[in-house]
Amino acid sequence: MKQMVFLFLIVVLSCKNDTSGPQLVESTEVLESAKEVVVDVSDINLEIYDYDGLEPLINKKDDKIHVVNFWATWCAPCVKELPYFEAINEKYKDDNVDVLLVSLDFPKNYDTKLKPFIEAHDLKSNVVAFDDTNQNRWIPAINESWSGAIPATIIYKGNKRQFYERSFTQEELEIELKQFLSP
Amino acid sequence: MKTLKLLTVVVCVFALSAFTVKTDSEGYKVGDIATDFSLENIDGKKVSLSDFSDAKGFIVTFTCNTCPYAVAYEDRVEALNKKYADKGYPVIAIMPNNTDVKPGDNMEAMKARAKAKGFTFPYLMDEGQKIYPQYGATKTPHIYILKKTKKGNVVKYIGAIDDNYKDAEAVTEKYVENAVDALLKGKEIKVKETRAIGCSIKV
Repeated sequence: MKQMVFLFLIVVLSCKNDTSGPQLVESTEVLESAKEVVVDVSDINLEIYDYDGLEPLINKKDDKIHVVNFWATWCAPCVKELPYFEAINEKYKDDNVDVLLVSLDFPKNYDTKLKPFIEAHDLKSNVVAFDDTNQNRWIPAINESWSGAIPATIIYKGNKRQFYERSFTQEELEIELKQFLSP
Repeated sequence: MKTLKLLTVVVCVFALSAFTVKTDSEGYKVGDIATDFSLENIDGKKVSLSDFSDAKGFIVTFTCNTCPYAVAYEDRVEALNKKYADKGYPVIAIMPNNTDVKPGDNMEAMKARAKAKGFTFPYLMDEGQKIYPQYGATKTPHIYILKKTKKGNVVKYIGAIDDNYKDAEAVTEKYVENAVDALLKGKEIKVKETRAIGCSIKV
């Protein structure tokens, strides 16, 4: 098993060395892709929600600052900015900041793509899978201005709420977060 | 002289802010007149909406090779063209991504994809990425149904093809078909705008 993980890491690392790394993730991603990396993902417990299940998770009434990022393993700009969300999760964990990564990967790819990705990148933030085909219902419910492109991010605390249909740099993400941090 | 300089600066600032407003605008809304274009097709020829003299309108779809959502809809887009091109509503597909960022969407890749899938509709390159911002497309796939009128091509529907990207068999509402059927019968379109997840257009 360890060898398998090692093999997978080599594949991932070799992709990263390529200058077209982030694009590679998405451009090779077509649905009939036959290449799938084998990783033991049985110990990853992935929670799967429809919108009714997700709704309470993105509308918590506690004192925490919640950062909710909508992403997918096939979305290159999403994958690029994931480390920034991981970084704020680590850096601000004592400031009551809670990061939730909501994956829009296709259900048939949970075991072959999403779970191996979570394992390979050692994601520390909470990751959930979101599967609800009635997008015309939940996209405007999450934010009236959302056209449906990802990445997209919500930052909220209590009733204060911001929605972003855009990519972030580490710096940009922290600037937005700090609006919520200051007393 | 100084006044002239100042005036130039003021004019420049105004001009710039005007452009900023334009790029920040959200593109077309239902009822707006859509621009025509002249974009290169996979056969090397330029295609414009005005070339289709017999068309009653168009199913303009911003799509690409590399987005899983766009791929999931490829067969359904082809089916739309087969069903509606002869009735006066051909599919016009436009690939809006920056191909430096997404080499998998370059003209060669578009040709290969169209050949492999047997596309019967034009698959055009938005060279210089000038057309998609005018329409206000943000993602692939993103559909605009246009109706030809004396005033121009009026936007009649914006959004998704149907309500199930995963499974064509499980679709309960065929938004695009319902809209085109309504236009062909001269009836009001019931659902004029829908949302769906897609891949952000790469700039």
